[in-house]
Amino acid sequence: MKTANRLTPYMFMAPAALIMAIALLYPLGYMVWGSFRDWNPSQTIGEAEFVGLKNYITLWGDPNFRESLGVTLRFAFFVVTFEMVIGVGLALLLDRNIRGMSVLRTLFILPMMIAPVVVGLMWRYMYHPTVGTFNRTLDGLGLGKIDWLGQHALTSVIIADIWQWTPFIFILALAALQSLPRSALEAARIDGATAWQQVWHIKLPLMMPVLIVTGLLRLIDAFKVLEVILVMTEGGPGLSTEILALRISRTATEFRELGVAAAMSNYLLILLLGLTLAMFAFTRWQEARARRVRAAAEEDL
Amino acid sequence: MPAIQLEKLVKRYGNVEVLHGIDLQMADHEFTVLVGPSGCGKSTTLRMIAGLEDVSDGEIYIDGKPVKHLEPKARDLAMVFQDYALYPHMNVAKNISFALRLQRRPKAEIDAKVRDVAEMVGLTEFLHRKPGELSGGQRQRVAMARALAKDSALFLFDEPLSNLDAKLRGQMRAELALMSQRVQKNMIYVTHDQIEAMTLADRIVVMHGGYIQQQGTPEELFKRPANKFVAGFLGTPPMNFLDCEVVDEGGAMHAVGKGFRLRLPADKAAAINAHSGRDVTLGIRPSDLTFDADAARDSALNLRTVVSEYIGAQSVLLCECGGAKVMVEINSEKPVALGSELRFAVNPTGIHLFDRQTEAVI
Repeated sequence: MKTANRLTPYMFMAPAALIMAIALLYPLGYMVWGSFRDWNPSQTIGEAEFVGLKNYITLWGDPNFRESLGVTLRFAFFVVTFEMVIGVGLALLLDRNIRGMSVLRTLFILPMMIAPVVVGLMWRYMYHPTVGTFNRTLDGLGLGKIDWLGQHALTSVIIADIWQWTPFIFILALAALQSLPRSALEAARIDGATAWQQVWHIKLPLMMPVLIVTGLLRLIDAFKVLEVILVMTEGGPGLSTEILALRISRTATEFRELGVAAAMSNYLLILLLGLTLAMFAFTRWQEARARRVRAAAEEDL
Repeated sequence: MPAIQLEKLVKRYGNVEVLHGIDLQMADHEFTVLVGPSGCGKSTTLRMIAGLEDVSDGEIYIDGKPVKHLEPKARDLAMVFQDYALYPHMNVAKNISFALRLQRRPKAEIDAKVRDVAEMVGLTEFLHRKPGELSGGQRQRVAMARALAKDSALFLFDEPLSNLDAKLRGQMRAELALMSQRVQKNMIYVTHDQIEAMTLADRIVVMHGGYIQQQGTPEELFKRPANKFVAGFLGTPPMNFLDCEVVDEGGAMHAVGKGFRLRLPADKAAAINAHSGRDVTLGIRPSDLTFDADAARDSALNLRTVVSEYIGAQSVLLCECGGAKVMVEINSEKPVALGSELRFAVNPTGIHLFDRQTEAVI
């Protein structure tokens, strides 16, 4: 009876574990295995020649890969920075009881719910050099046209991503704001804090744990973005918007170098793993601190 | 000139009026306690004085200046909240000095102030702790210290002791009384606990249903309650209420109810006369009843004793009189027999009569 009880949780977890093993661990292992081989799609993995770390080393010396990595890092950095600033700013502005607030909030989070491919198409049309909304508006105002997806491709792609994902930060920041202790804010008002000082000294520091996790989540997501850019620019012009995910898919399909694509995926995986671990470590550190604080408080009772 | 004056203060939430024209004057250096049951409007009144709630109608004057439209920070006041409202991410010293730092006072002055205040409330060794690392009583002290550090003319307390356990509450109440003597400021204190009100107040304001029921010193309110609500709210154990009728018997007025016929004191004759033959409520505090088998029939109640609750030096007897419950406070050293009908003399100055309809004192 006792052993049965101890095994029960594992029994319940077994189906999920099995699916994870088949759908996640197996392809992952396959990818790691494949990354050590010179492998093209016409071969089975067994036929491919084992080349050791050659794919990884070649990649490191490949200027195109480096360019792509640079684009990815730039994209992720700008996207997350702007989304955090705008999202948190909006949340701070809209954290109040205005008539019709719930409707407004729903409108704000709509972009997040649209399928990425649709977002990509929509923005591609809006950015269109002659018939797109933006250039027609600029033209109508007598300002010059802008070559959105040409000269300013990365900026344009970043704008589209900000449009789509700022709502994510907005709703999480708003939730964090609304769970702040009301009385601490009232105490700050009585202590003489202006609206700005309340934001700076009370609201932001108290929201920080949520904001850090939110930012890391967005960063992880930003490294994996694919569809929107694929639809909008296909990585062009040149390599200007070719983020890693896109390069991986092109390496595998166009260049027919599965081994190199797998090695590239592994680089990305390591990067994301690092971020995930950072997030994990942060929450663990917070929990440990909360425990320590509780223990100290109980000691003094 | 009164330090704080409320003039026809009204608060509405939508169509619901929760405060119906509060008029109140508080003298300089006075400790005023607003007391009443939950939902009586006492906290709302305090928050309106603080500027945390908008005033729907009426005006608030501090030192003769109308302050209705001023932000809280322009009203020169400090407040202690029920849940302490400390800043969780700042240590004790930062919490205490927050207002001073916002005013950009010189660092040396801030440090000195924090030291002084921390010493005053006994927090010196905890200055570097965060609020989460403190016990409830210590957090309460931080809240107090933060208010003291501001050096405001007016202190507001919103049920500051209600989150503490009974023992700590008693201790903090004593410290608060000491502090209020020492700092000599205007204090307005909101509580639902009548013992806090009685022990701390220079002046008690009893509120109920959005109206002020009565205001005065604790003694005035205890001895001469203006209505049945105030009489029943202040004092533990609470006042006994018995339904009766005022009857004129041979020139002397009597309160006649089920199982008793009590002669009423002559000094109230005029007021009582007007109610002759009317339904009234008789109020007698448990401490105004004494066991006395030889008492005259018309100056005593015959009570059937049911249960005795031992409290310590005093015991509370739960008794029954014509179907109504009556509590009597007796000396624990002189117990009485339970389950029998005994005679308890009524202290003639302790007889209160209330109009059954208006509940006002007669």
